[in-house]
Amino acid sequence: MHGLINRAIQSFVCATYGRQCWLHATQTSGLGFDEFEAMLIYEADITTRVLDVLCAKLNRPKTEFLEDLGTYLVSHPNMEDLRRLLRFGGVTYVEFLHSLDDLSDRVRLAVSDLSLPDLELQEHSPAEYQLHCFPGLPGYSSVMTGVLRAMADDYGALVILSNDEHHNEAEVISIRLIESAFAEGRHFDLGARKS
Amino acid sequence: MIRTDDVGGLLKTLCPMFVLVDDCGRVVQVGPTLQKLRPDYPMAGQSFLDIFELVRPRSICTVTEMLAEPGLKLHLRFQDQPQTAFKGLIAPLPCGGGAVVNLSFGISILDAVRDYALTSADFSGTDLAIELLYLVEANSAAMEASRSLNLRLQAAMLAAEKQAYTDTLTGLKNRRAMDHILAHLISTKSVFSLMHLDLDFFKSVNDRLGHAAGDYVLQQAAKIMLEETRSDDTVARIGGDEFVLIFKGMSDRKKLGGIAKRLISRLCQPMRFDGSACSVSASVGTALSTQFEVPKAMDILHAADLALYAAKRNGRSCHRFYCELSDARQSG
Repeated sequence: MHGLINRAIQSFVCATYGRQCWLHATQTSGLGFDEFEAMLIYEADITTRVLDVLCAKLNRPKTEFLEDLGTYLVSHPNMEDLRRLLRFGGVTYVEFLHSLDDLSDRVRLAVSDLSLPDLELQEHSPAEYQLHCFPGLPGYSSVMTGVLRAMADDYGALVILSNDEHHNEAEVISIRLIESAFAEGRHFDLGARKS
Repeated sequence: MIRTDDVGGLLKTLCPMFVLVDDCGRVVQVGPTLQKLRPDYPMAGQSFLDIFELVRPRSICTVTEMLAEPGLKLHLRFQDQPQTAFKGLIAPLPCGGGAVVNLSFGISILDAVRDYALTSADFSGTDLAIELLYLVEANSAAMEASRSLNLRLQAAMLAAEKQAYTDTLTGLKNRRAMDHILAHLISTKSVFSLMHLDLDFFKSVNDRLGHAAGDYVLQQAAKIMLEETRSDDTVARIGGDEFVLIFKGMSDRKKLGGIAKRLISRLCQPMRFDGSACSVSASVGTALSTQFEVPKAMDILHAADLALYAAKRNGRSCHRFYCELSDARQSG
């Protein structure tokens, strides 16, 4: 598992539940270290172990936990860089949804050894979409549900999401767009680079 | 036949940073994004070279020369501040009467989006500008993560290196560090002297009072040696109860003799561990780099060793210098 994914989990847990909770999880799952390095690769079962320990300790289903992780990735000030990268996907929420088809390629362009499962957006009407998440990363569709929810807030769109269907091997997130300009949304300035 | 107006309409969609110039080099029309860069200064009607400075090719100075070379690549910048740089490509109108110069930001795009608050709507749908901006941000985020890993690895490497050169029990340098320092002194042709110090009766402390007492004696001995030497001298533990001291820049036998004497007298004083007295003493042999025409690490160590054994033969708690005249018989 790529260190960036493990690091995202670590960052989410520390920011949301505190460092003590994180240290408890790393110790209980017998990692032998407390900090994931973002640019190293780890065995996949390490991630599973940490997630299992965390969900048991927090007494939450894994899908919920991962959905909150997805929301965190977009909405927390720690993750402003990531939010900006996602906003490059489009000027409107619908454009952003369409850009998700290219997400795994875009990610690979930035970090060549980070491969995320393919996503495919299907448009059933201008207000109804389905995002097919292909296998490769367990729990990815839960994380993406959180990401889609937080990005809707970011664009100021009002959406209803559900993530309980399957289509062949893909997990399906259904997106109902109630209003694309429901609220102001957050500002996105192309040139707002650091330093 | 397409009219100039129609060309302008078409270009507005395809390349929002075009400039349409007539034969005399007067701007007829510009794309909306280009005009957005100078909102208070309508470009149409101005002379092309009043707005843009031609940076390259340097051989071209006038619009007429420019128009004479279709397909020419241009490097331009604004005459006024901010002097945003552009890449340009010139294409004469098929029906004559002027040319189209299509501009793009090139590498100056990073500053341009910030200086002019451009949005993705300002770029044509096929322009890679947004992808470029995305890549720059994604790369700098990834670099940041890599950099922080590198810094941590570097700190870990320094710590490991330090550990590799340290005797963990006494905190003195170890054999490897001594070899390293000796090699360095020799390669820089420095003057130095080397003492080989051996604790006498250490084995009996170990046997009688146990390893904890032995460890304690070694630590105390190390402390004494550090106290009796200067900070840029080297004190290394190279074996169980064997130490090497290297004095950089020193070849004065009187001073060295004084140091050896003080070391021996302090080490001979009984140390107390857990209520028991631990008595050791020390024998010391010294060799000077100046005693060798071409000093070699092995020879100097061997010489100090010979001096040490001479000291031991002389009874314990003695110091001897290496005598180059005879390897067998050393004098003090």
